[in-house]
Amino acid sequence: MTTRISLALVTLTAMATLAGVAHATSTLDTVKQRGMLQCGVETSLPGFGIPDDKGNWTGLDVDTCRAVATAVFGDPTKVKFVPLTPKDRFTALQSGEIDMLSRDTTWTQSRQSAQGLLFTGVNYYDGQGFMVRKSLGVTSALKLNGASICVQQGSTSEQNLADYFQTHHMTFKPVNFDNADAIIKAYDSGRCDALTTDASGLASERLKLGNPADHIILPEIISKEPLGPSVRKGDDQWFDIVQWSLFAMIDAEELGVTQANVDTMMKSTNPAIKRLLGVEGDYGKTMGLTNDWAYNIIKKVGNYGEVFERNVGSGSPLKLKRGLNQLWNKGGILYAPPLD
Amino acid sequence: MLARHMPLGFGFWHQTAGFDIEQALIPFAASSSTYGTAFFVGLLNTLLVAALGIVLATLLGFLIGIARLSGNFVVARLSAAYVEMFRNIPLLLQLLFWYNAILRPLPAPRQSLHLPRGAVLNNRGIMLPGPHAAAGSWPMALALVLAIALGAGFLMAARRSRKLTGYARGLGWWGLALALALPLATALAFGPPLHVTMPQLQGFNYVHGLSIYPELLALLLGLSLYTAAFIAEIVRAGIQSVARGQREAAAALGLPPVQILRWVVVPQALRVIIPPLTNQYLNLTKNSTLAVAIGYPDLAQVFMGTVLNQTGAAVQIVFITMGVYLAISLVTALAMNLWNRRMALHER
Repeated sequence: MTTRISLALVTLTAMATLAGVAHATSTLDTVKQRGMLQCGVETSLPGFGIPDDKGNWTGLDVDTCRAVATAVFGDPTKVKFVPLTPKDRFTALQSGEIDMLSRDTTWTQSRQSAQGLLFTGVNYYDGQGFMVRKSLGVTSALKLNGASICVQQGSTSEQNLADYFQTHHMTFKPVNFDNADAIIKAYDSGRCDALTTDASGLASERLKLGNPADHIILPEIISKEPLGPSVRKGDDQWFDIVQWSLFAMIDAEELGVTQANVDTMMKSTNPAIKRLLGVEGDYGKTMGLTNDWAYNIIKKVGNYGEVFERNVGSGSPLKLKRGLNQLWNKGGILYAPPLD
Repeated sequence: MLARHMPLGFGFWHQTAGFDIEQALIPFAASSSTYGTAFFVGLLNTLLVAALGIVLATLLGFLIGIARLSGNFVVARLSAAYVEMFRNIPLLLQLLFWYNAILRPLPAPRQSLHLPRGAVLNNRGIMLPGPHAAAGSWPMALALVLAIALGAGFLMAARRSRKLTGYARGLGWWGLALALALPLATALAFGPPLHVTMPQLQGFNYVHGLSIYPELLALLLGLSLYTAAFIAEIVRAGIQSVARGQREAAAALGLPPVQILRWVVVPQALRVIIPPLTNQYLNLTKNSTLAVAIGYPDLAQVFMGTVLNQTGAAVQIVFITMGVYLAISLVTALAMNLWNRRMALHER
């Protein structure tokens, strides 16, 4: 009898929760009413999303959240960062706990079609790699047959790993945890022979190891990992805002508009820059924002190149090269549609 | 759910999983197994750790509970210290301690510690000589079932005849002899039922043999040591609840100490012990979900973790998982209640 009652209660609560979520108004209104953007980020991944020793969040993905907050409020501090494990991230977005997800998340077909997410763009082109101890004497991922491999639960890495070993007729033993720190600890203590995640993640996790120089990243890149922010399906206006906040940063770099010169650029005669900075046209208003939305992003967060260098590039301990993430006209594949 | 664009229904059950699980009691391969199979892998891993944990915790708990009542001062104090220490430290901390502080720092496979009889200990777990089914397995299984049935039959016949005549006629011994002879004859006729493979270092890891992963070891240690502390207290309470006069009366009848325990104290103590013991078993099973913290692939970790994440069918998966734990708990409670009814006082 008691069982039946508690089951009924659980069902009722679940239904009430679902109904509550379904009644929400537009995401932009919700965010404005709250006075704060809630953005899902990494728990701790240097360069992408990690709180520093003073508790300030830093990282490429974190700055992507700040760009959106700046577009909405003109203030990059109006963000509440919600650290999420890969396992919890989609549920958090679906349930409305966060307004957007900017957490090292790979854009895949099933996540978009079956899980109700819409990816708004790519803020980092990546691929999955392996890290091993130098002392192991392994120089290629093809020599990892029979190895124990640490992999993060609920990530595309888990599937890519199985695919790669199957394609190459090798076996492995997965050791998985749901948070990045447990994985890196397990690898560091020797529980696994190799650690696998996105190449940028490997570079970043390596900094957490006791002696980073004892480890090498193997040359094989076994997958495509376009990482980018995502939103819930069903709110096109909000999708536009998140998408174009990133595009504006990329376009700004292409047009040579930087945090430092954005004020003088306001007087530029280049029509593309005029449109970007809101001197001309109503590009902000059409998305429910003010026309200086992109000006604010560049002034207060920076253009894509600046954000990249500051967090993961030459200005950071990671020292990652631009590589694929260079602009299309400079040898990379970064290409944002024009703000016209 | 529709408004949230979450998948409806249970179509995911038959989709290919595409991820691997380290410890699988049934065949599981990323390329061919489905999410449904992943569910059963997780479920079996949960049942495995719960069953082993219950057995270990019960044995240890009874031992410590009895030791705490021992006349020997040192034994009694040590048992008391054990109980106070293990039941007052949160289980999660204990799990992390066993996993991170004890099992992780063990040497790498190439520097393994070699234990007697070919067993190996390293930071990938314990590798034991492992049994594998051989030609004689099926005849042996049959022979064992038959032998147990025959043995039980003889034992019951022996009891009945003792009840009727008052004399023990050694029928039980015949039963025992038969129960031993039958499997032995089968082994001689069909060959050994199992062949044993020794763990061997090959590449990165030990292969062959039976591997017990550190995640299972840590979870088992944590769960059984923690629960044993509670069981010990329950056992102590049970034994102390039997009135002193009962023992004295039994002693006065001339019963030896073992028989006093077997026929007078334990049956009465069990009436007090069984109901709270059921609670402990249920707790142990539910606590096994803390596996998530140390990466043991139990139902919660595999099904509510990876499967949920990959399919997005959060509501269905959470409900299935809740249903499964509820079912496991109800079955455990039912079994314990049946036992309790058998042990309870029957007033005439």
